[in-house]
Amino acid sequence: MRLSPSSWFKRSGEPGAVVAPFVGLLLLVTLFASVGNLLFTEGSVFHVSTYTITLLGKYLCYAMLALAVDVVWGYCGILSLGHAAFFALGGYGMGMYLMRQIGDRGVYGNPILPDFMVFLNWEQLPWYWFGFDHFGFALLMALLVPGLLAFVFGWLAFRSRVTGVYLSIMTQALTYALMLAFFRNEMGFGGNNGLTDFKDILGFDLQSDTTRVALFAITAFCLSLTLLASHAIMTSRFGKVIIALRDTESRSRFLGYRTERYKVWLFVYSAVVAALAGALYVPQIGIINPGEFAPLNSIEVVIWVAIGGRGTLVGAVLGALLVNYAKTRLTAIFPDAWLFALGALFVLVTLFLPKGLIGMAGQWRARRQSGQHQNQSVEGQS
Amino acid sequence: MSAMTQIRETFRRDQVWSFLQPAQASVDVSKDILLYVEDLNVSFDGFKAINNLNLYINDGELRCLIGANGAGKTTLMDIITGKTEPDSGSVWFGQTHNLLEQDEAAIAHLGIGRKFQKPTVFEEHTVFTNLELSLKTNKAVLPTLFARLSTQQKARIQEVLDTIGLSEQQDQMAGSLSHGQKQWLEIGMLLASDSRLLLVDEPVAGMTAEETERTAELLTSLAGKHTVVVVEHDMAFVRSIARTVTVLHQGSVLAEGTMDEIQANPDVIEVYLGEDPEGEAA
Ligand SMILES: Nc1ncnc2c1ncn2[C@@H]1O[C@H](COP(=O)(O)OP(=O)(O)O)[C@@H](O)[C@H]1O
Ligand SMILES: [Mg+2]
Repeated sequence: MRLSPSSWFKRSGEPGAVVAPFVGLLLLVTLFASVGNLLFTEGSVFHVSTYTITLLGKYLCYAMLALAVDVVWGYCGILSLGHAAFFALGGYGMGMYLMRQIGDRGVYGNPILPDFMVFLNWEQLPWYWFGFDHFGFALLMALLVPGLLAFVFGWLAFRSRVTGVYLSIMTQALTYALMLAFFRNEMGFGGNNGLTDFKDILGFDLQSDTTRVALFAITAFCLSLTLLASHAIMTSRFGKVIIALRDTESRSRFLGYRTERYKVWLFVYSAVVAALAGALYVPQIGIINPGEFAPLNSIEVVIWVAIGGRGTLVGAVLGALLVNYAKTRLTAIFPDAWLFALGALFVLVTLFLPKGLIGMAGQWRARRQSGQHQNQSVEGQS
Repeated sequence: MSAMTQIRETFRRDQVWSFLQPAQASVDVSKDILLYVEDLNVSFDGFKAINNLNLYINDGELRCLIGANGAGKTTLMDIITGKTEPDSGSVWFGQTHNLLEQDEAAIAHLGIGRKFQKPTVFEEHTVFTNLELSLKTNKAVLPTLFARLSTQQKARIQEVLDTIGLSEQQDQMAGSLSHGQKQWLEIGMLLASDSRLLLVDEPVAGMTAEETERTAELLTSLAGKHTVVVVEHDMAFVRSIARTVTVLHQGSVLAEGTMDEIQANPDVIEVYLGEDPEGEAA
């Protein structure tokens, strides 16, 4: 795009330089894990257990959620502490489909009504459950409803020029309000038990290895796609405007950019990515309940992004994967220590690695390069 | 009776209803005046920052605004560009555009560009990208998402880079520029935007004598094709560029004329207590 040849090649320190290789690596690992599960039997060194596959799938969903947060926070400075809400809504959309798929195999054997509705003595399906027996419609709703919510929320907030801490508090309030609402039985989403006991998806048994590997592979594929799409968006002129308005919004306005519209659409994109992550999460985990809306969940995501490196896309994904892996290991040993460990990690990263792990890698490389330069110049002098 | 006149006014045959006018309507300067500021008042917490201010800027002229700190110069620019809403008064761009009804972005589209008092560039973008974002293009969301730089646009950016002397720094982050260079970049962004009216707030603050001289040359060369309003404290600089000078004092116009007329004006002399206007009085 630029006239000078130097910019035809990405500088190696530039965050965008690693997106394509990272996606390649991700797909490769996915392939090996899938083959390891399906083709190699237990006992073989190449065998990957179904438990591991599901765990990896869960991590990838979290990574996609972190990516969504990074897009708004890292690039546009919108610190959303409510992205778990979009994730959970996407999850509920998918959960409603899976619930309808149970059919008369439920405890009460009602072919139409899910168990919890029979239990509440409901006579018929609430209107907003109609159509959710069709996969396409359910998936569309799982993405559309969070997208619409993000649009309305963003439109109101950004048009009134709410920014900073106030905006963050509003996003927390949003997810908290939704949590309280979904806890109520009369909402028709299963109350505090949520939606669970799923049997199959599109006719495939959710417990079978093949289905699980397929879901994991689809998640990896979707994560790759959203990574590439986000990278394309952030390097387009739209993305440049986003970074510009993050730093000086009034300057961008005086140049003729309607910054609130840019923010709204970025927010909607981010919410849809989060919702997709949620929709992929539920069939693998097998349950969705109002706990997913918990304000703490959204804050955790922000910490993953900060640790990985905000505004780098790949950093957010890495941060989510590493922190969640650490969480799995640590909670197995000291179940109560996790929140303290996470808090400490966050403080350390904020103090010593303001650009996160990705930033540290960049610094380290820069230092090594300048070291080489010095060596060369010393050799030249001698 | 008043209803009748209102209806008559609404259906005047020599006018087009504002909602039927195209968004990018051309600016009507048939009276040779580009900017009308009339009876303008703004107060902040009871303090009158702008007090019954009247100002007319001719099409194509280069006008200097001077006045002590706090005279209301920056506030006036804030009102013209839609950042601050006045308490009363009117601001028209040409004869058809009421600027008080439009937001910042719409005003920018009409062709009013602005350089801030404190240099404001996109520090996390390269010099080149700063200019790319300033180009006169469709700035709606979707067109921007799919925008590609055309050959003409690249050439235009190079031209601006040459004019502001930052060709060598084009791939450098704007945040790493010196203060003077940032001032120049911001002026470059005005050039790239190809605005009709340029509002330039204190362009030579923090510049070396040589840079100041080049800025003066640049601004003078812009007049004619563009209309330029410059706020400046540096009286030598004002003297070197201005044909007409407007003196603001406590939010209203104190005097207007050539530099010599201004310096001989008894009001100006009185306000500044006989101080030499070339001194701190500026
Ligand atoms: N947003 C604001 N809120 C309160 N006071 C303001 C605001 N903007 C400007 N003022 C006051 O209005 C007066 C005029 O300010 P300004 O237009 O910046 O002066 P100048 O640019 O001529 O030095 C100053 O006394 C300033 O303190
Ligand atoms: Mg000022």
